[in-house]
Amino acid sequence: MAEPMLKAQNALPQGEALVLGDTRIDVLPMPRMTSLMPGPGHAALAKALRKHHGLDLPDPGGRVSSDEGECLWFGLGQYMLIGPAPSPLLAGAATLTEQSDAWTSVLLEGPLARQVLARLTPLDLRDASLPLGATARSEIAHMMGSLTRVGSEAFRLMVFRSMAQTLLHELKDTLEAVAARQAL
Amino acid sequence: MRLSKGGRIDRSRAVSFTFDGRALSGHPGDTLASALLASGQKVVGRSFKYHRPRGVFSAGSEEPNALVTLGAGARREPNVRATMQELFDGLEAQSQNCWPSLDWDLLEVNDLFADFLGAGFYYKTFMWPRKAWEWLYEPAIRRAAGLGALSGQPDPEPNEKAFAHCDLLVIGGGPAGLMVALQAGRAGADVILCDEDHEPGGRLLSEVEEIAGAPAMEWVAATLAELEAMDNVRIMIRTTVTGVYDQGTFGALERVGRHMKHRPGPLPLDCFWRIAAKASVLAAGALERPVAFQDNDRPGVMLAGAMRSYLNRYAVAPGDAVTVFGNNDDAHRTARDLLAAGVHVAGLVDSRPGAATDLDLPFYAGAQVTRASGRMGLEAVSIRTPSGEVKLQSDALAVSGGWNPSLHLTCHLNGRPEWSETLAAFLPRPGVVPGMQVAGAATGIFTTAGCLASGAEAAGKALETLGLSVPPLDLPQAGEQGYGVQPLWAVAGNGRAWLDLANDVTVKDVRQAASENFRSVEHMKRYTTQGMAPDQGKISNLGAMAVLADATGRDVAATGITTYRPPYVPVPIAALGAGGKGKGFAPERLTTSHAQSLAMSAPMIEAGLWYRPSYFPRTGEKHWRQSCDREVAHVREAVGVADVSTLGKIDLQGRDAARFLDLVYTNTFSTLKEGRARYGVMLREDGHVMDDGTTARIGPEHFVMTTTTAAAGEVMGHLEFVSQVLVPGWDVRLISVTEQWAQFAVAGPQSRALLEELLGRDLSDAALSFMGTMPIEIGGVEGRLFRISFSGELAYEIAVPARYGESLFTRLVGMAEARGGGAYGMEALNVLRIEKGFLTHAELHGRTTAFDLGLERWMSPSKSFICKAAASRPGLLAEDRERLIGLRPVGASKMIPPGAFLFNEGDEAVRENAQGYVTSSCYSPTLGETIALGFLKSGPERIGEHLRLVDHLREAVTICEVCETCFLDPEGERTRG
Repeated sequence: MAEPMLKAQNALPQGEALVLGDTRIDVLPMPRMTSLMPGPGHAALAKALRKHHGLDLPDPGGRVSSDEGECLWFGLGQYMLIGPAPSPLLAGAATLTEQSDAWTSVLLEGPLARQVLARLTPLDLRDASLPLGATARSEIAHMMGSLTRVGSEAFRLMVFRSMAQTLLHELKDTLEAVAARQAL
Repeated sequence: MRLSKGGRIDRSRAVSFTFDGRALSGHPGDTLASALLASGQKVVGRSFKYHRPRGVFSAGSEEPNALVTLGAGARREPNVRATMQELFDGLEAQSQNCWPSLDWDLLEVNDLFADFLGAGFYYKTFMWPRKAWEWLYEPAIRRAAGLGALSGQPDPEPNEKAFAHCDLLVIGGGPAGLMVALQAGRAGADVILCDEDHEPGGRLLSEVEEIAGAPAMEWVAATLAELEAMDNVRIMIRTTVTGVYDQGTFGALERVGRHMKHRPGPLPLDCFWRIAAKASVLAAGALERPVAFQDNDRPGVMLAGAMRSYLNRYAVAPGDAVTVFGNNDDAHRTARDLLAAGVHVAGLVDSRPGAATDLDLPFYAGAQVTRASGRMGLEAVSIRTPSGEVKLQSDALAVSGGWNPSLHLTCHLNGRPEWSETLAAFLPRPGVVPGMQVAGAATGIFTTAGCLASGAEAAGKALETLGLSVPPLDLPQAGEQGYGVQPLWAVAGNGRAWLDLANDVTVKDVRQAASENFRSVEHMKRYTTQGMAPDQGKISNLGAMAVLADATGRDVAATGITTYRPPYVPVPIAALGAGGKGKGFAPERLTTSHAQSLAMSAPMIEAGLWYRPSYFPRTGEKHWRQSCDREVAHVREAVGVADVSTLGKIDLQGRDAARFLDLVYTNTFSTLKEGRARYGVMLREDGHVMDDGTTARIGPEHFVMTTTTAAAGEVMGHLEFVSQVLVPGWDVRLISVTEQWAQFAVAGPQSRALLEELLGRDLSDAALSFMGTMPIEIGGVEGRLFRISFSGELAYEIAVPARYGESLFTRLVGMAEARGGGAYGMEALNVLRIEKGFLTHAELHGRTTAFDLGLERWMSPSKSFICKAAASRPGLLAEDRERLIGLRPVGASKMIPPGAFLFNEGDEAVRENAQGYVTSSCYSPTLGETIALGFLKSGPERIGEHLRLVDHLREAVTICEVCETCFLDPEGERTRG
C-alpha cells in the first residue's frame, strides 16, 4: 500500500510520560470529538442522542458514558461527543463541529493526583463537589481546560492542542514537587 | 543556658549550627532562638535605627528583634525570625544590620545622637536642597537603617501555590482550636486545622498546665491522634493563615522545606495556599505585650510568657538571676516556673498595689521597674517601690503588660475591634467576617478551661451553619487560674522607653507626634513609623495607642487602633509568585509546524502566547535581512509557504448567524454568497476598531470567521457578549475552531500550480476565484481551501485538521522549494503586507478608528451595527485626525524607525509640534527602499508633502515624503492572477 499523503500526529508522544509515587501521567490517544450545540432548548438533542448513540444528555457539570462513547458537558449550551463519529441524524437537533484535533487529553491517576491538581486548578476536588463522572471547565495552570473525574483517583485533563507541552511540563513539575513531600 | 532536664527537645541528639561563623549546638525540637539562648548568646541583632544591641524578645512570629540572615550566595534569606526557625544540622545564621560585627557596630554612634534622630527627624532635616533627597539622603539613610539584604541574584529555590477547600477552617491549634477541630471532625465536617508552629498545642506547649487531671500535652497528644485518624480532618502544621478575603477565601503560608538540611530538589521552600471554607473559627490565641520603661530593650529583657516557653518547652534558663515584672497574675506563673526549674529569681515586681503571692521569693507589690541597666546584656534592674528605689542584680527580666487577643484576621474585611475595659484590650467584634466564629484567647478568654469550653461552643455554632449535628461532649477539667490585669503601659520617668523595638520607636516619639498635632493613630503611626516594621507592631501597637491616648487626653477606646491588613506575617514574594519563573510565566502555544521550523533553524518569536518562526535561515546567510529578503522574493517571484494557524478561527452557525455578522461587523455579510469570503471590520463599544479579518460563508447558516492572532481571544469574548447579552434571543452558536485546523498560506505566482499538483484538481479562476472558498480532500483527509491574500500575490490558504499539520507543512515546503520558493516567516510576512499597505495590530492599536485607517467605506450606511453611533461622533470623523499614510525617505538618511514622530520641516521637534508617528516600517527588497506606514494629521490630504521624522530615543532624523499606503500593485492585478 502506498504511503498516505498526510501523516497524523498527536500533539504529544502518546503514552506514559511520568510515574512517581504510584501516580501516573499518561498522554491519551486522540479520540473522535464532536461539539454539539443544540441552540435554544435541548430536548431534541437529548432525544436524538439517546436514539442514535444510546447516550443521555448530561446535566451541567456531568458526563454520560457507555461502551460506545461518552457525552461530556462542555460549557454553556455545549456538549462534546467523544468516541463515535456523530450520526448525521444529530444534525437536525444540534450544530455539529469537528473538534477531534483541537484538544489534547492527558490522564492523571494515582494517590497524588488530587494533590497535583490542587496546585494547578482552583476547583474543589473533594468527592462532594467532584464525584466520579463529574466534569468542569476551569483554569488548569493558566490554561482554560476541561477536567473530568474518570476514576476514584483518576482525572482526565484537556487543554488546547497548542498548549499540550505546557500542560505536560506543569504536570510533571508539580508531580515531582508533590512527590518530594513524601520526604517530609 | 540549658536546664538539665525537661522540655520538648530530643536530648539524645545534638544539632550543630553556626551563628556569625561560631560553631554552636542545640537539639532537635529547638528553634534557632532557643538554641542561641541555650548557648548563652544574648545579643542576636542590632536595632533598626540606633543600632542598639538586641536579644530575643518573644518566642513566636511576633518577634521584633531576633531577625537573622540564613544561608549564603543566591540562597541567602534575610530577616528570618529566629523564634520561628526550627534548628537543623548545618544551619548557618548571620546577624544583620551591624558592621563590622555584632559586638562592635560602628553605627551604634547613632545611639549617641538619639536626641536628634527622633520621630520626624528625616522630614525636618533632609529638606534642602530638595533634589538631594533622592540621590543622597534617602540612599544614605536606607544604608544605615535597615534589615538584612537580599542576595541580588535570581532566586534558585522552588516555591509553590496551591488551593484547598473545606467546610470548616480552624485557625490555630491551641486548646480552643483543637477542641473546635475535634468536635467538627467528630461531626463529620471537612476540617482544615492550620497551626503556625511545627507542632500543635499553642500555649499548652509552653505552660505547666493540667487537663483532665494529667499534663495538658497528654490531652493534646490524644486529641491529635484522634484527629489524625479522621479522613475528614487535615492538619496543616507550619502554616500561618495570613489573610481573610471575600467569599470565605483565606490566604495561608506554609513553610514547607525550611526546617530541613537536605531538602529534596523539587521540594518547595514555601507554599502559598488559597483556602476556600464555608465556615471558619479563629482560635489564634493572644500576644503578650510589654511595659515601656527606660532602656527596656536591653538584651535579657523578654516577654514573661516567652520566658515560660524557653523554660518549659525548650528547657532553657534565661539567666542566672531573673527578675519578673508584670501587671497581672500571669507574670506570677513565670516566677513560679522559674523557681520550679531551680532558677534564681531576684524579685517578682507586681505593679498592682494589692497584689499578693505565696511564692518564696522577694516580692514587690505596687512597684514598677524604672530602668534596665547594662549595654550588651542586662546587668541590673531598678525598681520603684512604695517604700523607695531598689536595684536588683539580674541578667534577665521577664515583662508582662497583659495579653492582646490575636484578632487581626477579624479586621481584614474592614471590621473594627471593640475595647474591653476589664481586659484592657481590644476584642473582636462578633460577625465582622461572615461565617467566622472566634474562640479562646483570641476572644479574651485566658483560662485553659475557658478556652476548651469556648472552642466547643464555637464548633457548635459553626456546625449549625454547616447543617451538621453537634456531637455530645464531656468537657475535660482544666486550669481556671485568673489573670487579673490592671493596665500599665509606660512607667513614668526619664530616658528612652521603647514601644516598638522593631522600628526603634519610643514613648517620647509618640508624645512628640502628639505635640506636633499628629493625634490620629494613623497619623502618629506614619510620623513615627510605629508598627510599620516586618512585625507590623504585633507587640507594640496597643502600647503606642495607649501612650498616644494619654498624650492627647483621650481614652484608648476613643483613640482607636490602626487598621489590620493582610498579611498577618511576612509572605515572601517568591511564594506569592510561585511557579511564575521561566516557562511557568505563561503557557506556550505551539503550532503544528513548530518542530519542523526549529529543525529548519528558524528563530522563534512570541506573538501573544504563540511562538512563530521569524525567518528560515539558509546556508551562507549571515543576517536576518538576507533571509527575509530572499523569502520576500520567493513570494513575489515563485511561491512561499507560511503557517497562519495562529489566526483566530471562529465557527458561527444558526438561523441568525448572518444577521449576527451584520451586527458585529461594520459591513454587510448577509448578502455574502455560499463559497465566498469577505473582508470585515469590527468595532469596539467606544467606536474604535477592535479587529479585522475575513469571514467565509460555507453553508446557508454556516460561517467561518478569521481574526488576527493578537485579538482572537478578545473577539471571541466580544461575540459571546453580544450573543448572550445584547441579542440573547437570536439563534447563533459560536465555537472556536482555531485549534482544530492547521492552516498554511501558499502565496506567489506559482501557488496555483503547486496546489493543483497537490490536490490534483483545477484551481483556475473559474474553479476558485479571488475571495472564494471550497472544500478539498488530500489523500482522504478533508480540508478547506480559501483564495485570500495577505501578500498581494496570487495566494491561497489551505486548512487541514491539526493532526495533519506537520505533515502538510513539510510537504508544502518541499514542493515550494522544488519551484524555487520555500517557507517564509514573520519578518517576510510583515514586509509583504507593508508593501501592500495591509494592516496589523501595529495600526489597529486601539486608538484608531475606521476613519483613521481609511476604512470608512466599510462602514455601511444602510444598516445598523455595533457602535455605529459611537463611531459616527464628529470627533472620530474629524478631517485633522491622525490618519493612515505611507512614508518613504527622500533625504540622505534612510532610517524610519517605528515609534518615531513626524514634524513639519521647519518645526522644532517637541511634543506640541508632533504631526503624527510611524507604526510599521521595513526595507522592501521588491522596491529597493525603506517604506513605512504611519499616522499623520489630515494624512491623506498631504500626499507628496515632505516631513521631518525624529526618533528621540534612537537619535534618527530623516526627511520623508508622504505617500499612498499601498506601495506595490495598487490595482491588485497580481492578487487576481
